[in-house]
Order: sequence, then C-alpha cells, then structure tokens
Amino acid sequence: MRAAGGWGGASGSRASEGRGFRLGTGLVALLVPAAVAGIAVVLTSGSILSIKEFGLSFWGTRTWDPVAGQFGALPFIWGTLYSSVLALLLSTPIALGIAIFLSDLSPYALRQPLVFLTELLAAIPSIVYGLWGIFVLVPIVRSLEMRTPAWLRHTPLFEGPPVGVGMLAASLILAVMVIPFTASVAREVLKAVPATQREAAYALGATRWEAIRATLFYGRTGIIGAIMLGLGRALGETMAVTMVIGNSPAISLSLFAPQYTMAAVIANEFTEAADALYLHALMEIGLVLFIITVAINALSRLLIWRVAAERQPRVVLPAAAPIG
Amino acid sequence: MGLVLCAVAAAGHGLRADAQTIQIDGAGATFPYPIYSKWFSEYNTVRPNVRINYQSIGSGGGIRQLTNKTVFFGASDGPMTSEQLQAAPGRIVHLPMVLGGVVPIYNLPDLAADLNFGGTVLADIYLGKITKWNDPAIAKDNPGVALPASDITVVHRADGSGTTYIFCDYLSKVSPEYKSKVGVATSVNWPAGIGGKGNEGVAGLVKQTPGAIGYVELIYALQNKIAFGSVQSHDREFVRASIESVSAAAAAAADKMPEDFRVSITNAPGKNVYPISSFTWLLLYESPKDKERSRLMVDFVKWALTEGQKYCGDLGYAPLPEGVVRLEMEALNKIKVR
Repeated sequence: MRAAGGWGGASGSRASEGRGFRLGTGLVALLVPAAVAGIAVVLTSGSILSIKEFGLSFWGTRTWDPVAGQFGALPFIWGTLYSSVLALLLSTPIALGIAIFLSDLSPYALRQPLVFLTELLAAIPSIVYGLWGIFVLVPIVRSLEMRTPAWLRHTPLFEGPPVGVGMLAASLILAVMVIPFTASVAREVLKAVPATQREAAYALGATRWEAIRATLFYGRTGIIGAIMLGLGRALGETMAVTMVIGNSPAISLSLFAPQYTMAAVIANEFTEAADALYLHALMEIGLVLFIITVAINALSRLLIWRVAAERQPRVVLPAAAPIG
Repeated sequence: MGLVLCAVAAAGHGLRADAQTIQIDGAGATFPYPIYSKWFSEYNTVRPNVRINYQSIGSGGGIRQLTNKTVFFGASDGPMTSEQLQAAPGRIVHLPMVLGGVVPIYNLPDLAADLNFGGTVLADIYLGKITKWNDPAIAKDNPGVALPASDITVVHRADGSGTTYIFCDYLSKVSPEYKSKVGVATSVNWPAGIGGKGNEGVAGLVKQTPGAIGYVELIYALQNKIAFGSVQSHDREFVRASIESVSAAAAAAADKMPEDFRVSITNAPGKNVYPISSFTWLLLYESPKDKERSRLMVDFVKWALTEGQKYCGDLGYAPLPEGVVRLEMEALNKIKVR
C-alpha cells in the first residue's frame, strides 16, 4: 500500500517514484510464489501423519482401504494421468483445427459467432458437463461398448464389461472441456503471428497448407503453451470426471474399465473422513496432485525452452520474439 | 482445498443476527438434512428468538467441527467411535432424532415381481462372488421368478456416506466374510463394482445400466418412486422397507438400549422388522461453556422428539418409537443448562 502511495504521490521525486513503483509491483508479484509456498506448507503439514506412516510407499501402493487404515495413491495417480493424457490426445487435433480455421480460413461473418460459441463451452460449469455426461454421453459410450466386436474386447485396451462409465467416458468429457481452452489460446497465438510471415510464405509460392504450417511453426511455443494449459485443466478437473469415471481405484489400461482420479477421491471422501490418518491420507493425495502438477508445468516449460532454442527456418524473421 | 475452505467458512461461529435473536450453529450428516431444516424453520415460528443454522457437510465433517468446537452441535449417521469420543475436549451425548432405512434397487426391466434378497446373498453380490442374476442363491429366495442370465453390475456410493455405513454394518452382521474383507465405514475398499456420487448418482447408474444393483436411502427411493427389493430379516422373513418396518427396528432395540444410545439396529430381531435400518444422531456436549445455548438446544431437542416427530412421515422418515423418546428425555435432563 505504501508503495502505491509513493508512486502516486505529488511530492516524490522521479527516482523515488520509480523505486516505489518497483517495490509495489515486486511485492504483488511475490504474492504468487508466497501462495504456492503456502499451499505446499499446508498440504504437507496436513498430511504429516500419512507421510510418517507410509513414507514414499504411498506413491506406489495400490490399496485404498479406509477400514483397515491402508492408503496408497497409485490407482489415483494412474487414473489422473491416464485420463488427462487421453483427453489431450483427443482434444489437441480438434482444438488446433478450430484455431486454424478461425484464424486463417473462416469467412469473416462466421468468425465472431464461432469464437463466441467456442468460448461459451469454457463457461459451462463442470457439474453441468457431469450431468450431460451421465445422461447423454454415458449411454452413448455404453452402446458403443456393446457394439465393440468380441476380438477387440479381448485386447487390453478394450477389456471388461460394457458399463458405460469408465475411462473412455471420462477422457471424452475431459476432451470436450479442454477444447475451448486450447482452441482459444492457440487462436490468439496464430492471430499474433505477424502477417508478414504468411505474406512471405505466399510470396515464395507456398500453398495455403504450407503457409499455415509456417504459421504454426512460428507460433509453436505458444501452441505448446496452449496444450499445456489444457493439460492443467484436465489434471485438476473433479466434478465432471467423478460423475462418469466409475470411481473404482483400479489400475487398468482398458478404456472400458471404471477408474478413479486424485481430485475425485478427495472430493468424494473428504466430508466423511473423521479418522485422523484417513484425513491425512486424503490431504497427501492433494499434495501428490500438487507435486505432479508442478512437475508437469516445469517439464512443459523446459519443453518450450528447448523448442524455442531450436534453429529457426529461413521464413521466420529473426527479429520477432516467440509468443507464449 | 475448496472443500476445506467452504467447511470452515460455513461454520463461522454463532454470530447474533440482532440483539434478541440467538443463532446456534451446527453441522453434520446430509441424510437428515431435509427433516432438520424443516424442524429448524418450524421451531423458529414457535420460538422466534432462536435461529438454528445447520450445514449438511457430512457426518465426518460434523464430528470434526464439533471436536474443534467450531459448531455448537453436530450430527452423524454413524455413532462416534470411542477413539473419536476420547479426542473430543468434553463429554459428548448422542441423541437419536429420526430413523432411516437403506434399500436395494436394481434394473431388470422384464421382471414382474419385486425381488427378495437374503442377507448373505446381498453380501456375496457386493463381494463380487455372485455375478449372474440367475445364480441359484438368488433363485432360491425368489421361487417362480424368471431371472435373466445377465451379468450383475454392482453399484455403490463413491462418496463417503452414512448410507454406506448402514449398508455395510448390516452386511457385516450377516456375513463374516464381508466383515473381514470389507468391514464397516462411511467409505470402504469395495471388492467389486462402480461408484456413483450421492443417492442420485447410484440411482442414475442403476437406472441406466441393465442388470445393475445398487443401494439408496429409503426416503430417496420413496420420493422418486423407485422400485426396491425386500431383504431377509433376523427372523428369516423377507421384509419390505417402509416407515413402519423401519420404526419397528428401533422399537426392538429400545429394550436393550445402551445408556449412550450408540447402538446399531441393523438386523434387529422381531416380526416385520426391516433389517437395514439405523438411527441418525444429534451430537451435543454434556457441559458446554455456553449454558444459554445449551438450554435452548435441549428445549429444541425436546420439541423435536415430541411435537416435531409429526413432520417425519411427510418427508419419508420413520418416527422414533415412544420407548426410545422416553429414554432420551431422561438423558436430556443430564445436559448442563446452567
């Protein structure tokens, strides 16, 4: 507060004004790392009993038995990562298609309505997605599962009874939820690519497809950022997933198998957990989710740096900074 | 995290709305929430100066908040364990308020009659041992019923719940194997099946999945007109859950009621007694610091146990039998009000 006053104060010299401004914005910027550190501290202190009891084996144990007081996070870690990766595989091509169409190909009159509708998808509350999932998506998935030929049902990817709820329904719903995020950020990225890039490509005799490829390459760090934003959304999604994933802590490759995620088990079991160890185990699931999210974000940062550092092709103007 | 914050915010301590009105805060079980909120609003018309504020955050949350003294009273679908009672900073009194039952529901579209379920059969289905509807064990309890050869899809609650507690409590009493492999808690390690969130989640999954079986609260099945099966009682007869047969389970327990009311009434003996029945409890400190609120709460409980019981039927709850009410009135006199 003092810093802000210093900046706006009439009596301060230019130098102190600058110092005050830097101090003020610096303090505000520090709030974010402080909040992250605070979350880490709270999650760790809240799960201390479980950390002491199970140690690192918490990450690798398959049992989740509140009656016996045996807790392991592995099925939930698996379910979270598997559903998120599947959702990314499904959503990325569609989201990029939307972004390219809206930035490069769409007729002008269609553009604004389509942008609006895509962004509207992002505004739908996840509980509504969940209800839609239960009443519309799951019956469709079940009938698809029942029509799966028997030889396919014997492969690890499609084994198990056709109950409808499970990994496939969860990753489909996650994909739908992630698309608007990835698509709108990717569209902004493509829009920010200087027109000279496209003009240069066309001038060299590139086809439309080749020009778009050059544009995509130019904005690649931003597009990776857009995909990672979608991944972050998928990792933490709770309500819609818990309504369609089947909530069964099993580790299976099968898309038909009911599974569970970290966010879902916390939401489901937290209210009724009265036993201290149980409560701490649930908090530790939150800690594991937090660590995994931080790790994935760090990895995606690394990926973006590496990609950005690659030698750029001749069509890219060296003066322009990458976006994202 | 959001949940924690909500729970903490929801339990903001007894603020006075104005100089005359006294607000009493409570939190806990979701199952009795409809009748509790009815009682609190009705009681407010009888005693306009008392406003009781109840957050249905779950039994576990209610016990936690009561132990931390962030609320004045708690509510739970399962009795507190001895461990939990010891962890509390003062003596806690359990007061049964109403009764609930849990019923098996299933999706067999071509079936004409309602099914009968033996206790061990139900346990074996939930253990994943009986996997087909035409299993001889199910057929034995349902003579003359043409059971299909389809697979059974087991549906259970995914969220921690008093309903799960009551259901597992019954299955553990009738099946030693269920007791050792699964046990009794608000969330258990299910050997089979898929989980739905809330009664509506379980009912939705059962409704959509041909061959599915699930369990929901009686009141939920009645309100939504969901057909349900009968369950074998302690006296070996198949009893259909109703407000009467659930109340009968409590009447059977009244004679042997322990002093602290922490009693399970699943699989109770007697005629026309529904076996998957349970009390739901209000939790009060025996000697809280705030004697004024203590007196008001005791007055309220007395009102709810007498006058208030008439609202039970409309909402689908089974009222307490007279014997239990009498015992509770005596117990209420032990709570310090000054």
